[in-house]
Amino acid sequence: MRGEAVLSAAGQTDPMLPRRARVRSAWRELDDAVSLSLEPVDGDLAPFAAGQFNMLYAFGVGEAAISVSSSPDTTGELIHTIRDVGAVSGALTRLKAGDMLGLRGPFGTAWPVEAQRGRHLLIMAGGLGLAPLRPALLQALARRDAFAGVTLLMGARDPGGILFPDELAEWTESPDLDVVVTVDSAAPGWTGSVGVVTTQLPRALAGIDPTAVSAFVCGPEIMMRHSALALADMGVPDAAIWLSLERNMKCAIGFCGHCQFGPDFVCKDGPVFPWPHVAARMALREI
Amino acid sequence: MAIKTIRDHLAENPVFSGFDGDTLDLVAGCGHNVHFEAGDQVLREGTDADAVILLRHGDVAIEVAAPQKDPLIVETLHEGDIVDWSWLVPPYRNMSDARALTDVRAISLDAGCIRGKCDDYPKLGYQMFKHWLPHLAGRIRAQRLQVLDLYGADAG
Repeated sequence: MRGEAVLSAAGQTDPMLPRRARVRSAWRELDDAVSLSLEPVDGDLAPFAAGQFNMLYAFGVGEAAISVSSSPDTTGELIHTIRDVGAVSGALTRLKAGDMLGLRGPFGTAWPVEAQRGRHLLIMAGGLGLAPLRPALLQALARRDAFAGVTLLMGARDPGGILFPDELAEWTESPDLDVVVTVDSAAPGWTGSVGVVTTQLPRALAGIDPTAVSAFVCGPEIMMRHSALALADMGVPDAAIWLSLERNMKCAIGFCGHCQFGPDFVCKDGPVFPWPHVAARMALREI
Repeated sequence: MAIKTIRDHLAENPVFSGFDGDTLDLVAGCGHNVHFEAGDQVLREGTDADAVILLRHGDVAIEVAAPQKDPLIVETLHEGDIVDWSWLVPPYRNMSDARALTDVRAISLDAGCIRGKCDDYPKLGYQMFKHWLPHLAGRIRAQRLQVLDLYGADAG
């Protein structure tokens, strides 16, 4: 039922003990978002799976759960893309090359990329939600022949809010995947689509048997909920839809309860969940 | 290759494809082909909503303009979409600007003709209700989500 279970840091060393990592390079992705490439100081990088996250510790400020945005296939590369939304994430976005931080992880469940072989993979991202999906997309492209097709459908607030624009331009030109991008509003001059991501599903899946589609969805929770419903309305099987939830994670190993979501801990049982497992709870206001 | 008639095009449209054959004939009798070049104004806010524009090919932007500000594109429409619904609701006045983003080929239905036939043939009126309402509901649902500013920094 759950997202793909993988070996986590909890099974390796003390999962509560941060290891030091150094910022190899840092670059701005958006006005309020930065990517950090990290290199380990204490030992080797732990292997991770697409969709997992690390707890990044800005010394003297605090820890935040940040999804890995690089490919698990690229040895020695560990990239996190962070939006400045608070004290900890803000401190992380201000780190420069050579700065140190603490790192625990990887934690959580993964996008079940390998299990979708033979199917049409739809990567559906909203805003910064493309960051946790990027590892799955890169994995799928590295095994492109294994999939009937790969489509990226991405929504953003406006053209300036489109994450990874250079890479997106490359993907758009690539014959290996179809790319549909839409924004919520735009000034004249923008020649792409304007409208919420759900309105673009008929275009993204035109000519594709919906029962053969597997969808990975990540973005704001309202966007994910409506996207999953729209996918199901189009005939995509509920069991072929996964999404990645975000909650306030602290321990990351299911002890502290900060990220409890009904019977699940998002840090340990998620963040990647099959839609049927969380659908009823996502309509509740209380949790 | 046979040239498609207005009725053929209507039968391929996501909204009109559900119409009964005889009502589709009635609708087709109100239509003709139109073409817009990129940049052309398709509809202008405040003017009479005298045409129903069904996109066969190309993209159209719905724009809202405010004095001393650049206009905002609030929605783009593509193949199979219907540009506006002002023609369906009194006082039949276009509520926004629509501009062709690309070369556009479309079917234009005479709105007065359609409204008149709906009055004369209640079955056509019911087909309009039955097949337009889901279309309108979908557009309204999408625009409710759009105004939430989902991707802002405060979005959860």
